[in-house]
Amino acid sequence: MNNIDLSVSIGKLKLKNPVLLASGTVGYGNEISKFIDLSKIGAIVTKSISLKPRKGNPPQRIVETSSGMLNAIGLANVGLEVFVKEKLPFLEELKTTLICNIAASSIEEYVQCIRILSEHEIIKAFEINVSCPNVKDGGLIFGNNIEAVKKITSEVRKATEKTLLIKLSPNTADIWKFAEAAKNEGADAVSAINTLVGAAFDIKTKKPKIKNITGGLSGPAIKPVALAKVFEIHRNVDIPIIGIGGISNTEDAIEFLIAGASAVQLGTINFINPNAGIEIIEGLKNYCLQNNVNNISKLTGSYNLS
Amino acid sequence: MIIENSKVISNIEIANNIFLLTVRSPQIASHGKAGQFCNIKVSNSNYPLLRRPFSICDINNDEVSFLFNIVGEGTKILSGKKENDVINILGPLGNGFLLNDDFDLAVFVAGGLGIAPFPLLQKELKNKKQIERFFGARTAAEIITLDFEESHWATDDGSLGRRGTVLDLLDSEINNFTNYKLKIFGCGPTPMLKALQKYSEEKKIKCEISVESAMACGFGICQGCPVEKNDKSGFYLICKDGPVFNSSDVIL
Repeated sequence: MNNIDLSVSIGKLKLKNPVLLASGTVGYGNEISKFIDLSKIGAIVTKSISLKPRKGNPPQRIVETSSGMLNAIGLANVGLEVFVKEKLPFLEELKTTLICNIAASSIEEYVQCIRILSEHEIIKAFEINVSCPNVKDGGLIFGNNIEAVKKITSEVRKATEKTLLIKLSPNTADIWKFAEAAKNEGADAVSAINTLVGAAFDIKTKKPKIKNITGGLSGPAIKPVALAKVFEIHRNVDIPIIGIGGISNTEDAIEFLIAGASAVQLGTINFINPNAGIEIIEGLKNYCLQNNVNNISKLTGSYNLS
Repeated sequence: MIIENSKVISNIEIANNIFLLTVRSPQIASHGKAGQFCNIKVSNSNYPLLRRPFSICDINNDEVSFLFNIVGEGTKILSGKKENDVINILGPLGNGFLLNDDFDLAVFVAGGLGIAPFPLLQKELKNKKQIERFFGARTAAEIITLDFEESHWATDDGSLGRRGTVLDLLDSEINNFTNYKLKIFGCGPTPMLKALQKYSEEKKIKCEISVESAMACGFGICQGCPVEKNDKSGFYLICKDGPVFNSSDVIL
């Protein structure tokens, strides 16, 4: 059995395999492309793009914690105009499936970004960041408010025909209700989870280790939380889930598929092993071979609770 | 940029709590330049999770060396590496020093571990430019001699060389070099670099500084290592736009 089907469909989006690279961990593709063949990856999700450029937060932006890291980058990005002019042409050359992550501080800004970017054929889907924990405007304020998530989803849905993913915050009770709201307003899938709010202090100076005081926790430390959230959504809402949270190897990716994810995104691991995506795709193929799985989508939600 | 599994040749404590790690990394050795750095995974586990950035100290044929002191868990683990252990290294990263601009006397100014990039820089400048070396340390026990030819030394406690900062030392000698076109190459703790920025500006001496920062990836995707641009319009990334900057281009 050599013809294992690794492809997955999410809305109109057809992915050759379920391994995606997460927003904020691949930039706009050019740096990481020196280490990994992005044409073989399921898709890459761009760094959050906002209508206007954002400088991002002053240092210290990151700090390592046990099996994880805190970041408060502050959505530093080149802004939509420069993205279209300077970053898209390179992304076209990469021959990879491109998902644009959008961050905004108002519903109008989300809609405006999507309208402009929808005209570009190369962009196959949008991931809406309603849950960045590190900016004062937008971000968590939206991600914690179910009415805001509903409103954003429905307005953005009207603005594009392309596949729409809503990236959910774990910093809330009942994540499944947010997934349900996204589904009811026309989202094609949810990405879960964004980073968890965390903090770290220096015991000598008593200062926070990152300037923003709190940051988003990512890496292997959050994997069990992410798995529980994916499982919670899968049990309660009929919507495709893209699992994210500390995935570092094939076994981690399979766990997420079993817990209910249709696809996965790799984040922090890209900083450490920028070729991890390719290794995991190979690992998934081998797992399917060894376990007589001819179609990877059969793993989704295949948990055994008996 | 290469990811290379590199065998440890030696790992020697050359001064109090200061180690010189030498590895066999043929590919990184063939591409590395003075002022660049490598991002080293010190363990195969999630602890520590991230790589640790270290300046390239020297390159000899296919061997690359790094200078470090024990400051946390990562460097503690690295200090325990033995001959034939294999370490995963990503590099060479960053821009490196600019050597082809207009100067005829290179003035090295380093504080503490900031001496790290200078053995390779000395090698690259040999027979091309004259060099004067000004190095500072806290005490004589932390002096890192490496393979430097004649150098000027300052220690905070006066246990070796002149008592005081390396900047005091530099200032006491600078008038001996009035016949040269100078360029300062600086590396060291941030307070020293700040003082050097001010000094080079006042004296109108061309100056490049190597800046350090915690970072995750080391090649521009995590955006974790910003340094503010001089015009306050935004940030450079130390890993990608640096770590070497024209001293007047950044606000430390």
